[in-house]
Amino acid sequence: MQPNTRPQFPRIDPVGLDGILVRFADTLSEPANRAALAFRAALERAGWDGVEESATSLVSTYLRFDPMHVDLSALSGLIHSLLDEQDWYDAPLPDGRRLHRIPTVYGTDLAPQLDEAAQAAGQSRGQAIQILSGTQVRVTTIGFAPGQPYLGTLPPEWDIPRQTALTPQVPVGALVVAIRQLVLFSVSTPTGWRHIGQTAAQLFQPSSETPFLLRPGDEVLFPAIERGAFEALKSDPTGGIVSEVLT
Amino acid sequence: MTELMVHSAGPGVTVQDDGRGGYLALGLSRGGAADRIALFEAAALLAQPIGAVLELPGFGGRFEVTQATRIALCGAPMRVRIDGVSAVWNASHLLPAGAILDIGAVTQGVYGYLAFGGGLATPQILGGQGTHLTAGLGRVLQSGDRLPLGPDKGGDVGQALDPLPRWDGGTARVLPSLQTEMFSPDQRQRFEASPLTRDTRANRMGVRMLPDGEGFGLTAGGTILSEVITPGDIQIPGDGAPYVLLSECQTTGGYPRIGTVIPADLPRVAQTPAGARLQFRFVTRDDAMAAEAEYRRSLSDLPRKTYPLVRDPSDMPDLLSYSLISGVTAGEEM
Repeated sequence: MQPNTRPQFPRIDPVGLDGILVRFADTLSEPANRAALAFRAALERAGWDGVEESATSLVSTYLRFDPMHVDLSALSGLIHSLLDEQDWYDAPLPDGRRLHRIPTVYGTDLAPQLDEAAQAAGQSRGQAIQILSGTQVRVTTIGFAPGQPYLGTLPPEWDIPRQTALTPQVPVGALVVAIRQLVLFSVSTPTGWRHIGQTAAQLFQPSSETPFLLRPGDEVLFPAIERGAFEALKSDPTGGIVSEVLT
Repeated sequence: MTELMVHSAGPGVTVQDDGRGGYLALGLSRGGAADRIALFEAAALLAQPIGAVLELPGFGGRFEVTQATRIALCGAPMRVRIDGVSAVWNASHLLPAGAILDIGAVTQGVYGYLAFGGGLATPQILGGQGTHLTAGLGRVLQSGDRLPLGPDKGGDVGQALDPLPRWDGGTARVLPSLQTEMFSPDQRQRFEASPLTRDTRANRMGVRMLPDGEGFGLTAGGTILSEVITPGDIQIPGDGAPYVLLSECQTTGGYPRIGTVIPADLPRVAQTPAGARLQFRFVTRDDAMAAEAEYRRSLSDLPRKTYPLVRDPSDMPDLLSYSLISGVTAGEEM
């Protein structure tokens, strides 16, 4: 996919009156996600006058600016120059990223769609747990709700579709899967993704000194724990999560 | 410290300010008042900087203060009485300690606002005081709540302001968005040509607009990779009814967007009541920039646009309890 899409990317488009989006691809791939994360870090370092905020989605970097303070075409010019400085698809990921180990109960009454998802991926329950708990995934983006990560990428057999019907409600801390990605929910919500694991993660704690557990670009492992250990995790304010800085 | 006592509150009454910038990358949208103009009108009426106010969607509530406090009533006009005497909307008043401020239903528009001299002094969370319901920051007000008010430097009351008109739909100017070109020319033309009706489904996240006839949508290959969404974006979901995002929208989304309402016209969209008609019109970036300059100029001019309210003495049961400004009662109404 990548060689075909590269010629028209990266592309720069205005977003409303006060935004610019730099898109690195139109499908999710590791290099395009890497480019979005690395380019945002470079934008933050550049600290251009009139720029108010930046963010990333899966394969794009967004920048919000004050249009009365800095001209769209001037800003686009600066972006073009920065894009030309290096191959962003192969750029190092930002500094200060962390690895989080988030204990997860796979299947059981807590996460009732593990078997269904494993079957869709053509795996046994045991194989599925082994792959899901052993694959280190990246926070490809945070969105939909505060602190809520999309994580990827799982091996190709996990390119399973979303369900056609919505699950009416999954709880906070639910780990769900579809299209080689995981989402860890920071809110209780309906979803079309399959609920395969349950964690005690508190991703957004507004009154805490560190309101957001995860940042885009962080890495996550979801080690398997027994059903019996879950209640103890729930009363643990950290949810049993251990985090370290990646070097 | 002066406190606001909430005896009752309509559904969805929240504290709002100008929102929290800087958290988009972490999934938290800006939020803030659905009608940003009202924050500036309140500030002008009270001659103070913009700050936290109460947002009253459709209906107000019963309120009281523990010490005499200047208040401003702005945004969508609502029925209001102070100790049983009707008060003028889009104006500042002195609310005596113990008096009952009774705010009823909107008579035009959607969101009314109640502001206080000195502002609401509720705690800052993540750099803002505003309630962000979808993020779980703060909550809607309930009867029995007591909110702290900030110290008021004082100033005139009985000031009025002619609000920037925005209560009855009309036209909202739109810039092309990321997927506008993916819609057929016919769809884009139809989108501009026909007024839409504001549906009853609307909240601080967004407003649903109903087409008279056929809905809108992409013809083929309509999957969009999830990317940033911003207030003003007009999503076209599967049901074909355009959905205009407001301040409390999600931060990313995968629905195609046919356009983006310019900031100057977003308060008008938020204030368009259910059943009213709203027409979208594409404008060039140059036009949108001119509209933005004009919008900012009109907001910064507001403090110079206030004028003394002419009171009707027959509405004032106890003249001496009001701090009268010299001259205001000597009008033709006497």
